[in-house]
Amino acid sequence: MSGLLAVFWKELADNFSSRRFIILFLLIYLAGIATIYVAAQNIRSGVTETTEFIFLRLFIVSGENLPFSFPFFLSLFIPIVGIALGFDAVNSERISGNLSRVLSQPVYRDSVINGKFSAGLFTIAVLVVSIVFVVGGLGLRMIGVPPAAEEVLRLFAFIFLSIVYGAFWMALAVLFSILFKRTATSALASIALWIFLFFFLSMIAKYIADAMVPIDQKSSIEAITRNDSVFRMISRVSPGTLYGEAVQVLLMPELGNPSSTLVLISIITGGLSLGSLSLDQSLVIVWPQLASLIALTALCFAVAYIRFMREEIRST
Amino acid sequence: MSQQTVIETRELTKAYGNLVAVDKLNLRIDEGEIFGFLGPNGAGKTTTILMLLGLTEPTSGDAHVCGYSPTREPLKVKRIVGYLPEKVGFYEDLTARQNLEYTAQLNGISWEQIPRKIDESLHMVGLSDVVNKEVGKFSHGMKQRLGIADVMIKDPKVIIFDEPTSGIDPKGTDEILSLISSMAKKKITAIISSHQLHHVQKICTQVGIIAKGRLVVEGPIDRLGRDTIAGGKFQIEVQASPITEKLLAALQKINGMLKIEKQEDSTLLITCEQDLRSQISKTIVDNDSMLTGMKIEEYGLEEIYLKYFRGS
Repeated sequence: MSGLLAVFWKELADNFSSRRFIILFLLIYLAGIATIYVAAQNIRSGVTETTEFIFLRLFIVSGENLPFSFPFFLSLFIPIVGIALGFDAVNSERISGNLSRVLSQPVYRDSVINGKFSAGLFTIAVLVVSIVFVVGGLGLRMIGVPPAAEEVLRLFAFIFLSIVYGAFWMALAVLFSILFKRTATSALASIALWIFLFFFLSMIAKYIADAMVPIDQKSSIEAITRNDSVFRMISRVSPGTLYGEAVQVLLMPELGNPSSTLVLISIITGGLSLGSLSLDQSLVIVWPQLASLIALTALCFAVAYIRFMREEIRST
Repeated sequence: MSQQTVIETRELTKAYGNLVAVDKLNLRIDEGEIFGFLGPNGAGKTTTILMLLGLTEPTSGDAHVCGYSPTREPLKVKRIVGYLPEKVGFYEDLTARQNLEYTAQLNGISWEQIPRKIDESLHMVGLSDVVNKEVGKFSHGMKQRLGIADVMIKDPKVIIFDEPTSGIDPKGTDEILSLISSMAKKKITAIISSHQLHHVQKICTQVGIIAKGRLVVEGPIDRLGRDTIAGGKFQIEVQASPITEKLLAALQKINGMLKIEKQEDSTLLITCEQDLRSQISKTIVDNDSMLTGMKIEEYGLEEIYLKYFRGS
């Protein structure tokens, strides 16, 4: 434990005072407030269909002039925050010559990396919690409908999920900051991976799914579901997909379980209402996605940890 | 004298693939010494230092610092050993004080003691007036001195300086060297790795020369010179007039005298087993000659170094 707290506080202070963090903070707040404003304007049109989960609808409704919902913005920006917090964690310290100085102090090497990681995690947590509360508070003022207890619990689950999602991207960026000696390389590598997983993976998944199970207008429901399950399986390589699915279950319980074929059938055939998922059902459905995200984070962190512990620390 | 061994390595070896950076190094450094660790670039100096600090693991052999093994007890070693890396870095957007505060916290120094410690060490290196200035605005020499202050925070028993004077102007170099030599008075053992011989020569009590990962020679500078160049003998240059045959015969009779060579004009080059300067001067005066000059040959590091690295 020696030195862990010192590193933690130092890194936390660095995170909160750095310009890049302030910029990201502003960006996310602007996006959050914009989406809630649009949601509050459009929420009335949807309320006629159902009166359940009105408060949660604030977070997911999007409008014509801003077609993206709040969770979509978060799934886009949280990776950037995670990457920004982690991409230069180790290599910038090495380049500046601080690493050999710090590691010649009586601290365990893992204190340095654990301290950095936990400070980043804390920063992500502060960011996510505050943005959800700000958005929720603004929404409450705008529509005047207080959240039900279940909605509050769902929001907390959503917050936790978002923090884990951010932790994954930060762990990945920290790993790259250890693998690559230059900060520019690690930043680019992280962003390249993010772009690939976010924009190209679903295209590739669609292509592979169509190649494996060709479908057209006359295809049977079985073929369509098989095509869909192949597509989903491949897209789930991306943490963004896992996050998106989990968010859907947590914040849009009336849509049911996105991975069950029943939902697909009900969407295709239309009209078949399955009823909303209860909170515990939702949590059970979300669990695999959440566990995968945690496992991916742990994997990145473990590889980073092992590499860092075995590394030779030269000042030049 | 009850001198304690502070650093000891036995057959310490570090190999990177086929490249052997440090090859079966045996080193012994006693308490209070200022040890000059010399060698050309790439000789294995920094690698040895990293192994002493536990910043890299030896391939074979072992090292002990104050009785602790850097591989197995790195924290105990780092608590008593200060290390000033060659390219020392600080957090540029923090002030000198904030940087040292962080170091103090990493060393587990209690909050009440930190301000006093920082003031003391900054005063020692003469940076008291820039305590609250951002390190990014420091000159290279100032950063190096801040590095020494940073090392002093933990009250080390041993300090390892890796090329402390490289890239620093002569005035700054003098300041740093006098700081290092003042440490010997506080019973701090200092190890200076360098390739700048004349800097090290001024302050070191012991030197070890390393080449291609091997320690080629080790010992006090004066003895080292005699051993390696003059074969362990003293050479004294004497100027006297007149030089008579009688005088030469008398000099020859001095106990321990080995060889007298007569140079042009009135210079004698005398080789002897011990420092015979007082006997020589007495003999010259007793033989009614005038002693006009006497100089004992000092072997500088330059000569020692050249002998080992000529051709390499």
